Amino acid sequence: MPKCKHTPLIFEIATKGEASRYIRPLDIPKPDFSEWFGKAYRAEKPNIPDVDEISVVRHYSNMSNKNYHVEMGPYPLGSCTMKYNPKVNEDVAALTGFAATHPLQPDSTVQGNLELLYRLEELLNDVTGMDAYTFQPAAGAHGELAGLLLIKAYHEDRGDTKRNVMIIPDAAHGTNPATAAMVGYKVREVKSNEHGMIDLEAFEKAMGDDVAGLMLTNPNTLGIYEENIEKITRMVHDAGGLCYYDGANINAILMHARPGDMGFDCVHLNVHKSFSTPHGGGGPGAGPVGCKAHLEPYLPRPVVRKEEDGYKLDYDRPKSFGKVRSFIGSFSVLVKTYAYILRNGADGLHQAAEGAVANSTYLRERLKGAYRIPYDTPTMHEFVMTGEWQKEKFDCNTLDIVKRLIDYGFHPPTIYFPLIVPEAMMLEPTETETWRDLEQLADAFLSIAKEAETNPELLKNAPHDTPIARPDETRAAREPVLAG
Amino acid sequence: MIGYLPMDREERREMLASVGVDLDQLFAMIPACDCVRVDNYLALAKDGMSEMEVVDHIKKLAAKNKNGEDYDSYLGAGYYDHYQPAAVHHLISRSEFLTSYTPYQAEISQGTLQAIFEWQSYITRLTGLPVSNASLYDASSGAAEAMLLACRDKRRYKVFVSEGVHPDTMETIKTYLHAADIEVVTGALDEHGQTSVFPEEKGEYAGFLVQSPNFYGVVEDLDLLVQKAHEVDALAAVSQDPVSLAILKRPGDAGVDIAVGEAQSLGLPLSFGGPGAGYMAVTERLMRKMPGRICGATVDREGRTSYVLTIQAREQHIRRERATSNICTSQALMATAATIWLALQGSAGLLDVAEQSAAKAMYLEKKLVDSGCFKRVYDAPYFREFLVEAKAGVDLKKVNEQLLDEGVIGGLVLDQNRMLIAVTEKKTKEQLDCFADKLIALCGGQEGR
Repeated sequence: MPKCKHTPLIFEIATKGEASRYIRPLDIPKPDFSEWFGKAYRAEKPNIPDVDEISVVRHYSNMSNKNYHVEMGPYPLGSCTMKYNPKVNEDVAALTGFAATHPLQPDSTVQGNLELLYRLEELLNDVTGMDAYTFQPAAGAHGELAGLLLIKAYHEDRGDTKRNVMIIPDAAHGTNPATAAMVGYKVREVKSNEHGMIDLEAFEKAMGDDVAGLMLTNPNTLGIYEENIEKITRMVHDAGGLCYYDGANINAILMHARPGDMGFDCVHLNVHKSFSTPHGGGGPGAGPVGCKAHLEPYLPRPVVRKEEDGYKLDYDRPKSFGKVRSFIGSFSVLVKTYAYILRNGADGLHQAAEGAVANSTYLRERLKGAYRIPYDTPTMHEFVMTGEWQKEKFDCNTLDIVKRLIDYGFHPPTIYFPLIVPEAMMLEPTETETWRDLEQLADAFLSIAKEAETNPELLKNAPHDTPIARPDETRAAREPVLAG
Repeated sequence: MIGYLPMDREERREMLASVGVDLDQLFAMIPACDCVRVDNYLALAKDGMSEMEVVDHIKKLAAKNKNGEDYDSYLGAGYYDHYQPAAVHHLISRSEFLTSYTPYQAEISQGTLQAIFEWQSYITRLTGLPVSNASLYDASSGAAEAMLLACRDKRRYKVFVSEGVHPDTMETIKTYLHAADIEVVTGALDEHGQTSVFPEEKGEYAGFLVQSPNFYGVVEDLDLLVQKAHEVDALAAVSQDPVSLAILKRPGDAGVDIAVGEAQSLGLPLSFGGPGAGYMAVTERLMRKMPGRICGATVDREGRTSYVLTIQAREQHIRRERATSNICTSQALMATAATIWLALQGSAGLLDVAEQSAAKAMYLEKKLVDSGCFKRVYDAPYFREFLVEAKAGVDLKKVNEQLLDEGVIGGLVLDQNRMLIAVTEKKTKEQLDCFADKLIALCGGQEGR
């Protein structure tokens, strides 16, 4: 195989062949657009190149070859759940019967779509212990926004408007505080204890009648299950707040424990993490939000109802908080979610969670002597280790370690997160890795730990065989070049 | 083996035993009180289904829909049925694009990063504004983000939004801005269907937003928007369909500060409303206040051109509650599909799509109006969608039901017996004639010609 080809920008490869024609010739007279649009008319042709089809196809194929992806090998990016994306999901989502339906068609003409959403809502209720779902949010952070809007609408409806604080643990994803700020809440951060869990004493002190709610990821970003979770949700409820479950890590506990049973009032799911829909290089995902019955009236318009004469989209919801995007949601992504849950059933999801925890635990046990594990608490689907020893002794930091991992043919883990752990590496192998792949991944990390000792330059100069290496990020930010 | 698992329980047990861990203790940290309390679910079956069964079941659901390939549909209102060349779907189905994630590790993500960089480049070329981000969720949330951006920039808590924006956009803006305690003042369209009256109070508003073509298809006057906004020191923002930018004045050329819009019209499937992709482009001055990921070009240690995520000091993973937005994952693959669509269509193809859509819309509208059954509601020029009002005594909802029986999904029926009709390049003259004849006949008019 030749090495990856250099790919100039598409704007540099305009070809002289006839512009590709994809649409049939105009079969009616062409109006005078300059006259029709008047001063709004743009006389110049669009400033984009004409390129023949084979050149376009090669351009994007060659470009894509510079990506690492799930079908190449392990992608243990912590908190991102890079599991296998089943092919059948893509096929059913692309069925013309779905793909060619318009979001504003009359309900009677989209009964299949509505039935699928209704059934998916029932399935997700079972999986999370909730009573109702909205499918509008387009991603996890968007789901967080919808979840907090539910909480805000609930308090406002009760005239309880003095509550302006959202409790968020220090290990939380950055999206949690960012979302709270968008909804107008002040963030009250609570510290983790030496076991990597919420410090109950600090938590108790954070309670008060200004508390609107809690945002909690469980298992948290350290991969640790909050052992006092029921106590925590009760404390929030006793203070008059509501509890929001960030479902980013729910793959670890599917069908073992449910947010609804733990006392949470609402939850978002990242279907591109937990339910196998592809990540697409950064979306499209979907972030359905589930809630208990007392929050259902506030869900965004519309919701799906089943009535005697069929399924309906119900817009008549006076207490609804409104909308977070257009139409119903990222429908084709939800079709993939539905297919995945049906393929698995309760037992399959239960086993998937067990596989995820088993794989992560195996990897942690293999690596714990070579890298520092900051907490001795048992972990679930992911764990955090650090490059502190390598940094201290051999001046190789976490970035050097993971860049060297690329040379071994693996995607690096999430690094420098969570912020509370210095030199952090967060590994989440997922349940779809084989024992052999995990062994090879562990062997690579162990080998790198040795190299740090014997030949640190190997790490500092890594990666060695990639199309580019160690791009100048400071220059990118200081002298931005954002378009070509 | 169950579902998609490569190991069964026994192998898992063996693997864990090799490192001294007992499989049965894996979930011991979950207190008994948290453990799943039911084993009878309302809908979730205990066992998974075979791939064949899942495909059969889902195909049956899809078959219960009436779709725009089997039916002749005239719905638009924010989502438009433009032709997608076959190569687009094939290219974005490559695992390299499909199954990778946010390009945190630039060395092994140059494919995704360059695709984003090209998307940003296309957006800046179409809008005439110098800075684009990597995508937002959709046009509606993008418009809300545009208003939040204006408020951050001007440090004011009041915005003006034209009532010509899509109703979902209006509702999304109100939802986002209510949460942030920002006042939304709305303004009606004039008798031509355009936004011509803007607030006059100086220094009170952070931004003005119009949509063009607006919800009723009418092309708005960007020059007026910019003049009125800047007169009172507000930012001018527009939500604009990207296909229309082939033929209409670019927001950047008019002096607009923030342009957003929905890239679904760049050949993405309708898919019952998603996923599409929102775009956002801004002036140089607003670059560091933008929401969303941004990709930039730089060089690596050997001087090779490289693409990286950049200007990240705006983002949630660094700034947490002081971030410009909580958005991270957005619509990368859809933006890539739109990018490839633009690459394949090129300048000539994009212009052809825009011109044919407009020409065919004008052709159909003339037929309907000439029949005497319909009149145009607004007289200002439209792009590929127009609003007509049926003559008295016609019930358009009933007419749409009758059209369905004849294999046609009519336009969107609005209050006051009005229909919003969208036409794209996909329609043939024969289809348009046939639709016009049916519609006119059902409205009690002469069969045209």
